[in-house]
Amino acid sequence: MERQGGLLAGLTCDLIVTYYRRVDDDHVFKALADPTRRHLLDRLFEREGRTLTELESELEMTRFGVMKHLRVLEDAGLVVTRRSGREKLHYLNPVPIRLIHDRWIDKYTERRVSALAELKTELEETA
Amino acid sequence: MTTMEQTTTVQVYQVYIRATPEAIWDAITKPEFTSRYFYGSLVDSTFEPGSPYRSYSPDRAQLWVEGVVEEAEPPKRLRHTWRALYDEEAAAEAFSRVTWEIEPADGPVSKLTVVHDQLEGAPKTAASVSGGWMYILSGMKTLLETGAPLAG
Repeated sequence: MERQGGLLAGLTCDLIVTYYRRVDDDHVFKALADPTRRHLLDRLFEREGRTLTELESELEMTRFGVMKHLRVLEDAGLVVTRRSGREKLHYLNPVPIRLIHDRWIDKYTERRVSALAELKTELEETA
Repeated sequence: MTTMEQTTTVQVYQVYIRATPEAIWDAITKPEFTSRYFYGSLVDSTFEPGSPYRSYSPDRAQLWVEGVVEEAEPPKRLRHTWRALYDEEAAAEAFSRVTWEIEPADGPVSKLTVVHDQLEGAPKTAASVSGGWMYILSGMKTLLETGAPLAG
Protein backbone atom coordinates (compact mmCIF):
# COMPACT_ATOMS: atom_id res chain seq x y z
CA MET A 1 0.00 0.00 0.00
CA GLU A 2 1.58 3.31 1.07
CA ARG A 3 4.79 1.70 2.10
CA GLN A 4 6.99 2.48 -0.94
CA GLY A 5 8.82 5.24 0.93
CA GLY A 6 10.81 2.71 2.91
CA LEU A 7 11.15 2.35 6.65
CA LEU A 8 10.78 6.01 7.56
CA ALA A 9 7.62 6.47 5.53
CA GLY A 10 6.28 3.28 7.05
CA LEU A 11 6.90 4.56 10.54
CA THR A 12 5.38 7.98 9.82
CA CYS A 13 2.33 6.33 8.34
CA ASP A 14 1.84 4.22 11.46
CA LEU A 15 2.22 7.24 13.73
CA ILE A 16 -0.46 9.11 11.81
CA VAL A 17 -2.76 6.10 12.05
CA THR A 18 -2.11 5.92 15.80
CA TYR A 19 -2.83 9.63 16.15
CA TYR A 20 -6.11 9.39 14.25
CA ARG A 21 -7.21 6.47 16.37
CA ARG A 22 -6.46 8.27 19.60
CA VAL A 23 -8.50 11.30 18.51
CA ASP A 24 -11.37 9.04 17.40
CA ASP A 25 -11.29 7.16 20.71
CA ASP A 26 -11.31 10.42 22.71
CA HIS A 27 -14.52 11.50 20.97
CA VAL A 28 -16.21 8.15 21.59
CA PHE A 29 -15.27 7.98 25.28
CA LYS A 30 -16.34 11.60 25.79
CA ALA A 31 -19.65 10.98 24.02
CA LEU A 32 -20.35 7.91 26.16
CA ALA A 33 -19.46 9.69 29.42
CA ASP A 34 -22.92 11.24 29.73
CA PRO A 35 -26.16 9.53 30.88
CA THR A 36 -28.40 11.53 28.52
CA ARG A 37 -26.29 10.56 25.51
CA ARG A 38 -26.25 6.91 26.56
CA HIS A 39 -30.03 7.12 26.93
CA LEU A 40 -30.32 8.48 23.38
CA LEU A 41 -28.19 5.59 22.09
CA ASP A 42 -30.42 3.12 23.97
CA ARG A 43 -33.49 4.66 22.34
CA LEU A 44 -31.88 4.30 18.92
CA PHE A 45 -30.84 0.73 19.70
CA GLU A 46 -34.48 -0.13 20.40
CA ARG A 47 -35.63 1.42 17.18
CA GLU A 48 -33.52 3.16 14.58
CA GLY A 49 -34.41 5.90 12.14
CA ARG A 50 -35.93 8.33 14.64
CA THR A 51 -36.49 12.04 14.14
CA LEU A 52 -35.33 14.73 16.56
CA THR A 53 -38.96 15.33 17.54
CA GLU A 54 -39.42 11.67 18.51
CA LEU A 55 -36.20 11.59 20.51
CA GLU A 56 -37.00 14.90 22.20
CA SER A 57 -40.47 13.72 23.28
CA GLU A 58 -38.92 11.08 25.55
CA LEU A 59 -36.56 13.42 27.37
CA GLU A 60 -37.24 16.22 29.80
CA MET A 61 -34.97 18.55 27.95
CA THR A 62 -35.26 21.42 25.49
CA ARG A 63 -35.02 20.72 21.76
CA PHE A 64 -31.77 22.66 21.75
CA GLY A 65 -30.36 20.50 24.56
CA VAL A 66 -31.19 17.29 22.72
CA MET A 67 -29.69 18.70 19.50
CA LYS A 68 -26.47 19.48 21.35
CA HIS A 69 -26.21 15.93 22.68
CA LEU A 70 -26.97 14.45 19.25
CA ARG A 71 -24.26 16.66 17.78
CA VAL A 72 -21.67 15.20 20.21
CA LEU A 73 -22.82 11.68 19.31
CA GLU A 74 -22.58 12.51 15.60
CA ASP A 75 -19.08 13.95 16.02
CA ALA A 76 -18.03 10.71 17.68
CA GLY A 77 -19.58 8.76 14.81
CA LEU A 78 -21.99 6.97 17.14
CA VAL A 79 -25.03 8.51 15.45
CA VAL A 80 -25.41 8.83 11.70
CA THR A 81 -28.18 10.91 10.13
CA ARG A 82 -29.87 10.20 6.81
CA ARG A 83 -32.44 12.30 5.01
CA SER A 84 -35.74 10.68 4.13
CA GLY A 85 -37.89 13.18 2.27
CA ARG A 86 -38.20 16.21 4.54
CA GLU A 87 -37.18 14.29 7.63
CA LYS A 88 -33.76 13.83 9.15
CA LEU A 89 -33.54 10.35 10.65
CA HIS A 90 -31.04 9.30 13.30
CA TYR A 91 -29.37 5.89 13.28
CA LEU A 92 -27.13 4.21 15.81
CA ASN A 93 -23.72 3.44 14.33
CA PRO A 94 -22.05 0.78 16.48
CA VAL A 95 -18.80 0.62 14.46
CA PRO A 96 -16.77 3.05 16.66
CA ILE A 97 -17.56 0.92 19.72
CA ARG A 98 -16.51 -2.18 17.82
CA LEU A 99 -13.24 -0.43 16.85
CA ILE A 100 -12.52 0.30 20.50
CA HIS A 101 -13.33 -3.31 21.31
CA ASP A 102 -10.98 -4.58 18.60
CA ARG A 103 -8.19 -2.20 19.58
CA TRP A 104 -8.43 -2.46 23.36
CA ILE A 105 -10.29 -5.53 24.53
CA ASP A 106 -8.74 -7.87 21.97
CA LYS A 107 -5.30 -6.56 22.84
CA TYR A 108 -5.67 -7.63 26.47
CA THR A 109 -7.52 -10.89 25.89
CA GLU A 110 -4.94 -11.85 23.30
CA ARG A 111 -2.20 -11.45 25.87
CA ARG A 112 -4.14 -13.58 28.33
CA VAL A 113 -4.68 -16.24 25.68
CA SER A 114 -0.99 -16.28 24.79
CA ALA A 115 -0.09 -16.46 28.48
CA LEU A 116 -2.30 -19.54 28.79
CA ALA A 117 -0.74 -21.01 25.68
CA GLU A 118 2.71 -20.48 27.16
CA LEU A 119 1.63 -22.04 30.43
CA LYS A 120 0.33 -25.07 28.53
CA THR A 121 3.60 -25.45 26.65
CA GLU A 122 5.59 -25.07 29.85
CA LEU A 123 3.52 -27.62 31.77
CA GLU A 124 3.61 -30.06 28.90
CA GLU A 125 7.36 -29.74 28.51
CA THR A 126 7.98 -30.39 32.20
CA ALA A 127 5.48 -33.24 32.35
CA MET B 1 -42.60 -6.14 20.65
CA THR B 2 -43.54 -4.19 17.54
CA THR B 3 -40.66 -1.81 18.17
CA MET B 4 -38.17 -4.66 17.86
CA GLU B 5 -39.52 -5.60 14.45
CA GLN B 6 -39.13 -2.07 13.18
CA THR B 7 -35.59 -1.86 14.48
CA THR B 8 -34.07 -3.96 11.86
CA THR B 9 -35.54 -2.84 8.53
CA VAL B 10 -32.78 -0.27 7.93
CA GLN B 11 -29.29 -0.61 9.35
CA VAL B 12 -26.63 2.06 8.92
CA TYR B 13 -22.92 1.57 9.53
CA GLN B 14 -20.24 4.19 9.07
CA VAL B 15 -16.49 4.21 9.43
CA TYR B 16 -13.68 6.65 8.64
CA ILE B 17 -10.73 4.97 6.97
CA ARG B 18 -7.35 6.45 6.23
CA ALA B 19 -7.39 5.33 2.61
CA THR B 20 -8.39 6.69 -0.79
CA PRO B 21 -11.89 6.00 -2.16
CA GLU B 22 -10.20 3.86 -4.86
CA ALA B 23 -8.50 1.68 -2.23
CA ILE B 24 -11.81 1.22 -0.41
CA TRP B 25 -13.54 0.36 -3.70
CA ASP B 26 -10.92 -2.30 -4.34
CA ALA B 27 -11.37 -3.67 -0.84
CA ILE B 28 -15.10 -4.10 -1.51
CA THR B 29 -14.88 -5.51 -5.02
CA LYS B 30 -11.74 -7.69 -5.13
CA PRO B 31 -11.63 -11.20 -3.64
CA GLU B 32 -7.96 -10.86 -2.63
CA PHE B 33 -9.14 -8.13 -0.24
CA THR B 34 -12.48 -9.57 0.91
CA SER B 35 -10.72 -12.81 1.82
CA ARG B 36 -8.79 -10.84 4.44
CA TYR B 37 -11.60 -9.06 6.30
CA PHE B 38 -14.98 -10.45 5.13
CA TYR B 39 -15.02 -13.78 7.01
CA GLY B 40 -12.52 -15.06 4.47
CA SER B 41 -15.13 -14.83 1.72
CA LEU B 42 -14.33 -14.38 -1.96
CA VAL B 43 -16.46 -11.79 -3.74
CA ASP B 44 -17.21 -12.53 -7.38
CA SER B 45 -18.89 -10.03 -9.68
CA THR B 46 -18.17 -7.88 -12.71
CA PHE B 47 -19.89 -5.05 -10.81
CA GLU B 48 -21.91 -4.00 -13.83
CA PRO B 49 -25.55 -3.12 -13.15
CA GLY B 50 -27.68 -6.21 -13.73
CA SER B 51 -24.82 -8.66 -13.19
CA PRO B 52 -24.83 -11.14 -10.30
CA TYR B 53 -23.16 -10.36 -6.99
CA ARG B 54 -21.79 -13.50 -5.38
CA SER B 55 -19.69 -14.25 -2.36
CA TYR B 56 -18.11 -17.67 -1.88
CA SER B 57 -16.64 -19.54 1.07
CA PRO B 58 -12.80 -19.43 1.27
CA ASP B 59 -12.53 -22.82 -0.50
CA ARG B 60 -15.10 -21.72 -3.12
CA ALA B 61 -17.17 -24.81 -2.29
CA GLN B 62 -20.17 -22.89 -1.00
CA LEU B 63 -22.06 -19.85 -2.18
CA TRP B 64 -22.52 -17.69 0.94
CA VAL B 65 -24.27 -14.62 -0.47
CA GLU B 66 -26.10 -14.02 -3.71
CA GLY B 67 -27.59 -10.88 -5.19
CA VAL B 68 -27.76 -8.63 -8.22
CA VAL B 69 -25.75 -5.44 -8.78
CA GLU B 70 -28.22 -2.55 -9.07
CA GLU B 71 -25.89 0.44 -9.22
CA ALA B 72 -22.13 0.77 -9.56
CA GLU B 73 -20.29 4.06 -9.74
CA PRO B 74 -16.63 3.43 -8.87
CA PRO B 75 -15.21 4.58 -6.51
CA LYS B 76 -18.26 6.24 -4.97
CA ARG B 77 -21.30 4.06 -4.82
CA LEU B 78 -22.31 0.43 -5.10
CA ARG B 79 -25.74 -1.05 -4.55
CA HIS B 80 -26.65 -4.72 -4.75
CA THR B 81 -29.32 -7.03 -3.46
CA TRP B 82 -28.43 -9.54 -0.78
CA ARG B 83 -29.55 -12.98 0.25
CA ALA B 84 -27.53 -14.86 2.85
CA LEU B 85 -27.23 -18.53 1.95
CA TYR B 86 -24.86 -19.47 4.80
CA ASP B 87 -27.85 -19.86 7.08
CA GLU B 88 -30.83 -22.06 6.12
CA GLU B 89 -33.48 -19.81 7.65
CA ALA B 90 -31.97 -16.65 6.18
CA ALA B 91 -31.69 -18.33 2.78
CA ALA B 92 -35.46 -18.84 2.75
CA GLU B 93 -36.09 -15.12 3.25
CA ALA B 94 -36.67 -12.35 0.70
CA PHE B 95 -33.79 -10.38 -0.82
CA SER B 96 -32.63 -7.32 1.07
CA ARG B 97 -30.38 -4.55 -0.24
CA VAL B 98 -26.89 -3.27 0.55
CA THR B 99 -25.61 0.17 -0.47
CA TRP B 100 -21.96 1.17 -0.10
CA GLU B 101 -21.20 4.91 -0.20
CA ILE B 102 -17.63 6.19 -0.26
CA GLU B 103 -16.88 9.88 0.21
CA PRO B 104 -13.59 11.72 0.64
CA ALA B 105 -13.42 13.20 4.18
CA ASP B 106 -10.54 15.18 5.73
CA GLY B 107 -7.21 14.96 3.94
CA PRO B 108 -6.21 11.32 3.48
CA VAL B 109 -9.35 9.99 5.17
CA SER B 110 -12.45 8.65 3.43
CA LYS B 111 -15.87 7.98 4.87
CA LEU B 112 -17.51 4.64 4.16
CA THR B 113 -21.21 4.18 4.84
CA VAL B 114 -22.98 0.85 4.49
CA VAL B 115 -26.77 0.90 4.48
CA HIS B 116 -28.44 -2.50 4.68
CA ASP B 117 -32.15 -1.96 4.06
CA GLN B 118 -35.29 -3.51 2.61
CA LEU B 119 -34.96 -5.99 5.47
CA GLU B 120 -38.74 -6.12 6.05
CA GLY B 121 -38.95 -9.62 4.58
CA ALA B 122 -35.71 -10.85 6.10
CA PRO B 123 -35.75 -10.67 9.93
CA LYS B 124 -33.34 -13.59 10.33
CA THR B 125 -30.89 -11.95 7.94
CA ALA B 126 -31.29 -8.63 9.77
CA ALA B 127 -30.38 -10.26 13.07
CA SER B 128 -27.41 -12.14 11.64
CA VAL B 129 -25.81 -9.21 9.79
CA SER B 130 -26.11 -6.61 12.55
CA GLY B 131 -22.99 -7.82 14.34
CA GLY B 132 -21.38 -8.88 11.08
CA TRP B 133 -21.15 -5.45 9.47
CA MET B 134 -19.43 -4.06 12.56
CA TYR B 135 -16.83 -6.80 12.41
CA ILE B 136 -16.39 -6.46 8.65
CA LEU B 137 -15.96 -2.67 8.65
CA SER B 138 -13.60 -2.77 11.61
CA GLY B 139 -11.57 -5.42 9.79
CA MET B 140 -11.52 -3.46 6.54
CA LYS B 141 -10.27 -0.36 8.38
CA THR B 142 -7.49 -2.31 10.07
CA LEU B 143 -6.50 -3.99 6.81
CA LEU B 144 -6.36 -0.77 4.79
CA GLU B 145 -4.63 1.28 7.48
CA THR B 146 -2.07 -1.21 8.68
CA GLY B 147 -1.95 -3.80 5.89
CA ALA B 148 -2.74 -6.53 8.41
CA PRO B 149 -6.03 -8.35 8.97
CA LEU B 150 -7.53 -8.42 12.48
CA ALA B 151 -6.36 -11.24 14.68
CA GLY B 152 -8.76 -14.14 15.03
